[in-house]
Amino acid sequence: MSAPGHTLPAAAVETAALPGYNYAFLDELSKKAIRRATLKAVAIPGYQVPFGSRELPIARGWGTGGLQLTLSLIGPGDVVKVIDQGADDSVNAVNIRRLIERTAPDVTTTTETAAATIIQSRHRIPELKLRADQIMIYQVPLPEPLRVIERREAETRRMHGEADYSRMWVALYEDIVRNGRITRAAGYPVLVHHRHIMSPSPVPRWDLPPLHMAENLSLYGAGREKRIYAIPPFTDVAPLAFDDYPFAVEAFPGRRCALCGSETTFLVPTPDEHGQSYDVCSDTDWCAANRQQKASEA
Amino acid sequence: MTALASPARSHHAAPAAETVAPGVVLAVRDMTKLYGPGCPECLRQTGPAVNRTTCPVCGTVVACAEITFDLKAGATLGIVGESGSGKTTVLRCLYGDTGPTTGVATLLTLGQPGRDLFTLDPQDRRRVRNFDIGMVYQTPRQGLRFSISAGGNVAERLLAAEWRQIKRIRDRAAELLDRMEVPLSRMDDMPANFSGGMQQRVQIAKALANEPVILLLDEMTSGLDVSVQAGVLDLVQEIQHESNIAVIVVSHDLGVIRLLSDTAMVMKNGCIVERGVTDQILEDPRHPYTQLLVSSVNS
Amino acid sequence: MAYTSVRAGAEAIAAAERLIQSPGLENGEALLELRQVRNQFRAAVDQIMGEGGLYAPDLAALALRQAEGDMAEAAFMLRAYRSTLPRLGYAHPVRGDEMEVVRRISSAFRDIPGGQLLGRTRDYTQRLLDLDRQTANAFVAPERSENGHAPAPNGAGSWSGYAKKVSDTMRAMGLIPPLVDQTAEPDDITRHSMRFPVRRPAWLQGLARGETGALVCLAYSALRGYGGGDHGTIADLRVGDLPLRVTHPFTNQPLTIGTYRVTECEMTGREKPPATAAGNGHHQPAMYGLSYGLVFGQNERKAISMSVLDSALMAGAGGGEENPAPANDQEMVLSNTDGIESFGFVEHLKLPHFVTFGSGLQVTEQLNLAAATPANGHGPGPAEDVDDEFR
Repeated sequence: MSAPGHTLPAAAVETAALPGYNYAFLDELSKKAIRRATLKAVAIPGYQVPFGSRELPIARGWGTGGLQLTLSLIGPGDVVKVIDQGADDSVNAVNIRRLIERTAPDVTTTTETAAATIIQSRHRIPELKLRADQIMIYQVPLPEPLRVIERREAETRRMHGEADYSRMWVALYEDIVRNGRITRAAGYPVLVHHRHIMSPSPVPRWDLPPLHMAENLSLYGAGREKRIYAIPPFTDVAPLAFDDYPFAVEAFPGRRCALCGSETTFLVPTPDEHGQSYDVCSDTDWCAANRQQKASEA
Repeated sequence: MTALASPARSHHAAPAAETVAPGVVLAVRDMTKLYGPGCPECLRQTGPAVNRTTCPVCGTVVACAEITFDLKAGATLGIVGESGSGKTTVLRCLYGDTGPTTGVATLLTLGQPGRDLFTLDPQDRRRVRNFDIGMVYQTPRQGLRFSISAGGNVAERLLAAEWRQIKRIRDRAAELLDRMEVPLSRMDDMPANFSGGMQQRVQIAKALANEPVILLLDEMTSGLDVSVQAGVLDLVQEIQHESNIAVIVVSHDLGVIRLLSDTAMVMKNGCIVERGVTDQILEDPRHPYTQLLVSSVNS
Repeated sequence: MAYTSVRAGAEAIAAAERLIQSPGLENGEALLELRQVRNQFRAAVDQIMGEGGLYAPDLAALALRQAEGDMAEAAFMLRAYRSTLPRLGYAHPVRGDEMEVVRRISSAFRDIPGGQLLGRTRDYTQRLLDLDRQTANAFVAPERSENGHAPAPNGAGSWSGYAKKVSDTMRAMGLIPPLVDQTAEPDDITRHSMRFPVRRPAWLQGLARGETGALVCLAYSALRGYGGGDHGTIADLRVGDLPLRVTHPFTNQPLTIGTYRVTECEMTGREKPPATAAGNGHHQPAMYGLSYGLVFGQNERKAISMSVLDSALMAGAGGGEENPAPANDQEMVLSNTDGIESFGFVEHLKLPHFVTFGSGLQVTEQLNLAAATPANGHGPGPAEDVDDEFR
């Protein structure tokens, strides 16, 4: 893994712009159509805008929604960071970054959160607080938060239209009655701008508080399910919860990152060969920067 | 229902509609429901006079035709008729399971004069259904969710009214279920495991959760044994006495209508053929169809 | 360190790419020429074009070779390439009877106007492995008729290649309702995602791009009684070439710029009487319905399945099915039969999920902890069981 702050070295395989392909892969009319859907999404926070999702050379379900957003937004001067589970060097993140590099040669890529103008992510938000000039793009597998209680799209659309969310709430009520707590883990539903219930994509609950009144724009793309939605800057985002059963993020009491020693980040358990497990930061860029800072202080 | 705690009602702006007579909570005018394309002949070629509901010209089914009535606070209106007469359609249009083809309705709690119940935007229509009108269906499966607990079924209405404290929700659900004589030990059980009578009592608890101004009862006791029917009907009578709730009770059973309603309407082929004080209609029926209904019971 | 094994990074990808760039060829072994792939894996090329939604035999052959015969991958490559192509114009509508047919059968009638033409099919051959042709020999073409067409059907004189539709004959017999001119612009599912319920043009497009095996599976379920009722009868199944006509940009005249091979299936079956007309003493004439399938290339299995599902979806949309089966349910059929989507999402399970998995582990730990402490093991009890301080 490269040190934070450095743009990535050219990938080992072919990096020249792809002959026979348009800038940023998609044809310009397609990009325009996707940007129009994105504008509508920004105008109605949390509302899922249907769009004519295009096929990409990355498989459906592997980030094509987020990638279509990225490809329709990037231009010269943009600095793109791609992470998967928080890691820049995850194979799928590397592959997506390579496609961006190959089809948009004047776009630079980075692992450094602070240097990026666009961050495409699967399942995590960087630990570092994002700024107003940064756009966060999420890859979304299942955009419909109500799917768990209602599989028919015609019905979930009606429920959103009428703000008829009592079935969603009663599912949480039943969870508490059965289990004594809300057992939803990642992909915990949120109410956006006091109106639409939205799936924040399968990020851990840890990542929900930073969404509330965030300075940055958040865009969500579901390629296979053909929906785009958004949280504009400074929008109210509230995880569904009860007064007496409040929302809580994951807790890591007594645990710390085995690499950088952090106790304030989202940790992922990692089993070792002896049946034990240790924890590491899921945000690899943050972890590396933390280690570097400690090394320079020492 | 004064004994039960009242939930918040933030959307009610209160002032009564000017177009409605004093004491009237719901005024329905010329409500017609067609299933099919419809044509100018539909209403002329159907109804009790010709004894059919399907228009011979275009094949449209006239489920109910030009229904007009007022419902007063604290009063109970009975609708009686054979199956297919359109009485259930009237309830379904009022509750919002379907919309009428033409017609208007003024609901006192909507506040603004002249604001039509049937043309509200879907979000407001949903609120009316959650707050102002409760419905008990003929079969429990229509009114209850069998995949969630009895308490959850009642809680769903409270959650729709933005109750957000589990403790309060469970207190209120327990209070309602207890009032309906559903044992509290069954509160977290699935309604599928309940008897038919208990399922209907859970339905009533659910319908009353947000203290609606109108309660709609659709053949509520038809699927129950006679002995169980009596208990459920007793409960409804108690609710009527305790509160100022207005009730519309639909039944093909004249006994149920006589027991619960002050005034009644007789429907046949989608039309109202007779209306008036319940006792008077049943003692001295004027319309031949009503006479037939009453005589078939008495003989 | 162990955790890096999950995230191998750029080097591992590069190595994987090197591995797939040298398929299992022996040293000195030549790649198949695309012409060979196109001609000798004809059915595969046709299926790839259909599922990829792009009529391009050479590119489909390239995809098949590049994917080493993996059909889902090959169709996906074609579909992805399609995304890069600007939409320059729209072809004119064509009628099925404009098709120059190479094969055409009807199972509804013994004989049909224009005749039955068995053509090139494996249907009535014995599926025996050709064990004595395990070594490749050069192909020697049998003699053909002068115009290159197959022999005329029924021993009749010459076969023009064009044939009237059986459905037109049935219409003339008053068995199926007259055609209604459709003036409404059809939906375009590649530009506007489906919002259920969708109209018939949208579901036909979705089925035409559907994965062959998935369509066969659901159509089979319908035939077995899950939402199909009586199985229909093939009025017309034809394989042949249709003209691609566009408006000439300068003369504004229609111009044929090429042909493309398709399989078209029209399936007929007895219609249920419409619900509104029931019981009103109105006797409407009993009618047969017509359902439709059209796919790129020769893929009869898929075209037939498509027409079976079209019929099942029409029944579902009419609300006439009392207990809708999977095949009657638009969302079920259309959301689950696109091969590109289904294979992508199924295989995405290979991606790392350790953040979501870790988040779930946390909840499990808490639940197990609570279960070990009986007092906390259950949800809030009925009102009277809870301490006053929580009231």
